[in-house]
Amino acid sequence: MPDLHIGDLGEDVINFLTDNLGPFFDGIKEALNFLLRMVYNVLGGLPPVAMIIVLAVIALLVTRKVVLTLVLTVGLLLIESMDLWYETMQTTTSVLVATLVALVIGIPLGIWSAFSPPLRAALRPVLDLMQTLPVFVYLLPTILFFGVGDAPGLVATIVFALPPAVRLTQLGINQVDAETVEAAAAFGAGRWEILREVQLPLAKDSIMTGVNQVIMLALSMVVVAGLVGGSGLGGVVVNAVQGLQIGASIEGGLAVVVIAIYLDRVSAALGGQRGLVPSWWPKLGRGARTRTAQPELTAA
Amino acid sequence: MSETNETTRPAIVGRGLSKVYGLGRRQAEKVLAAEDPRAAAAAAGGYLGAHEIDFEIAKGEMFVVMGLSGSGKSTVLRMINRLNEPSAGELLIDGEDITKVSDQRLRELRNNGIGMVFQHFSLFPHRTVRENAAYGLKVRGTAKQERLEKADAALDRVGLGGRGDKLPHELSGGMRQRVGLARALAVDPPILLMDEPFSALDPLIRRDMQDLLVDLQAQDQRTTVFVTHDLNEAMRIGDRVMVMREGRVIQVAPGPEIVAHPADDYVSEFVSDVDRARVLSAADLVRPPRLVLDEETSRADALTRLGENEVTGAFVTDGEDRLLGVVTADRVADLSIGESLREALGEPYEQVGPDDVVGDFMQLAGRQVVPVTVLDDDGRIVGVVPRAAILSALSTANDASADTEAKEVAHA
Repeated sequence: MPDLHIGDLGEDVINFLTDNLGPFFDGIKEALNFLLRMVYNVLGGLPPVAMIIVLAVIALLVTRKVVLTLVLTVGLLLIESMDLWYETMQTTTSVLVATLVALVIGIPLGIWSAFSPPLRAALRPVLDLMQTLPVFVYLLPTILFFGVGDAPGLVATIVFALPPAVRLTQLGINQVDAETVEAAAAFGAGRWEILREVQLPLAKDSIMTGVNQVIMLALSMVVVAGLVGGSGLGGVVVNAVQGLQIGASIEGGLAVVVIAIYLDRVSAALGGQRGLVPSWWPKLGRGARTRTAQPELTAA
Repeated sequence: MSETNETTRPAIVGRGLSKVYGLGRRQAEKVLAAEDPRAAAAAAGGYLGAHEIDFEIAKGEMFVVMGLSGSGKSTVLRMINRLNEPSAGELLIDGEDITKVSDQRLRELRNNGIGMVFQHFSLFPHRTVRENAAYGLKVRGTAKQERLEKADAALDRVGLGGRGDKLPHELSGGMRQRVGLARALAVDPPILLMDEPFSALDPLIRRDMQDLLVDLQAQDQRTTVFVTHDLNEAMRIGDRVMVMREGRVIQVAPGPEIVAHPADDYVSEFVSDVDRARVLSAADLVRPPRLVLDEETSRADALTRLGENEVTGAFVTDGEDRLLGVVTADRVADLSIGESLREALGEPYEQVGPDDVVGDFMQLAGRQVVPVTVLDDDGRIVGVVPRAAILSALSTANDASADTEAKEVAHA
């Protein structure tokens, strides 16, 4: 068997990139840090109790479930009582920024691949690779590119969380009934009109499932990001494990679980609904709600 | 395009239209040039959907394209608004060859000129019924207020007034297709394409929808191309029917003519399923009356001619061929010398118009001395429909004889 030195080759490529594209990576790092600061200023800007009230109201409006909202609120209060509030908000910040970037890249890519079978074929192995390659393999190069801190963990998170955004967007658009698309075309709608008015709205549920998946995958990377100097709960857990502080690691883990449940339920509920106003909300204005009424509610 | 043609020019003309699926343009051309294009297309990995279709559809005509699935009927329909790109041939709409127009012009034509109704409704599930109906106008860029008003008017026409705020899935199948129809009518297109619009509906609803369409057509006289696999439906609504098989046109004729004179075995097999009683009209079965006497005919002459023709009754007409009544030999014999035949009238008879369908008058046959009498609007005798003619027209034995005739011709 010939002795192929693929590892050496990969190392050369990475060295070449660090040597020659330094300013490029610095730019990305600055941009990501800027986004992180901005989002954290909002999430960490309020006192914990005030922020918990805001989050509880959001959960109630989006999920329309009172019991769930109560459970989530108790969980958030638990985080505050464990004195992990600001770490939790740092983690949430990373998750939201990673999700945002993954969606900004993933959804247009998904739309494009829905219309281009060659692109779809080319993307498939790349997406498979992104999801199956052990995270630690690309964590190291990201440190080389971005240095220690929040940025490398964030980039690794984006890489890991991106595929569902592409896949479920593409799937959602391709699942739209061909005759319905044809009907829009038969009335003279152009390609963009059909995309905007028929395909994207009908793919919305699938795309929102993708958004939910992206958030969950991003959250699952939190502890890993802590390994490369990421702030937040990841850092807490990593430090606790390294110091064999079992209690602290349990607390950190618990906080991750609470925020995971919160983000999952709220983002999942976003997928299945047409407006932000719950059904029991007083109706303002004549017929204001009839258009956005939930199908299952009116059918019942 | 001269001005004089403007009124007589057909609305839609197809010439040599062919469609090969699954092959590139150049390969399709090669396939179509082959001796057996169907086999050539299959060999090349494609499928011949339609081959050298010619048709002319008049303005205001309800033109039905009929055939079994895979016969190419939907292919032909979809070539008219280029949802299916023709592989060869030309398609003139109001004189303009739409196979050659730009994408921009095509969208304009689809938006302004050609409405379409789909087999599975194809409504937009995330839009209300009203927004669905307004879709064509929205694409056109009509102001919101105006397009919603027009949508409501279209919904009223199809009997869905007041349901504009519902979502499509809250409606039954028949109502959904009414929305589909309203969506097409809202833009008031000169041409309406209907792709098996009622075949997904249950029979009673289908009948309602056919009635609705016939009513709308009577008001609008819109050029309509209607695809169906149901011959009864074709007969009910179509002015002319184009029967297709394996991508080719077999026969183009008004419905009753197809039933009466099917072009080949394939068509006659199709026709054997049709409810002839609802398709054939008195005019299709009319025979010359055996004996018509002028009112001036003398008693003796009348008796002689009644005897010669071996009939028991005769029609009596005035100087302008209008039917006065029916006489029998007995009644004529009772006349005294010099009395007019008018005095002998009074024998009852059954009269129908030429357009009355057999199903509506067949029970009248054989009740009177004379056969069912067909009169035109002025009261003149068109002819009679004897009971034997009705029976033979409705019986399937007629098909058998038609078949044997066809076979004899084939053997000759």
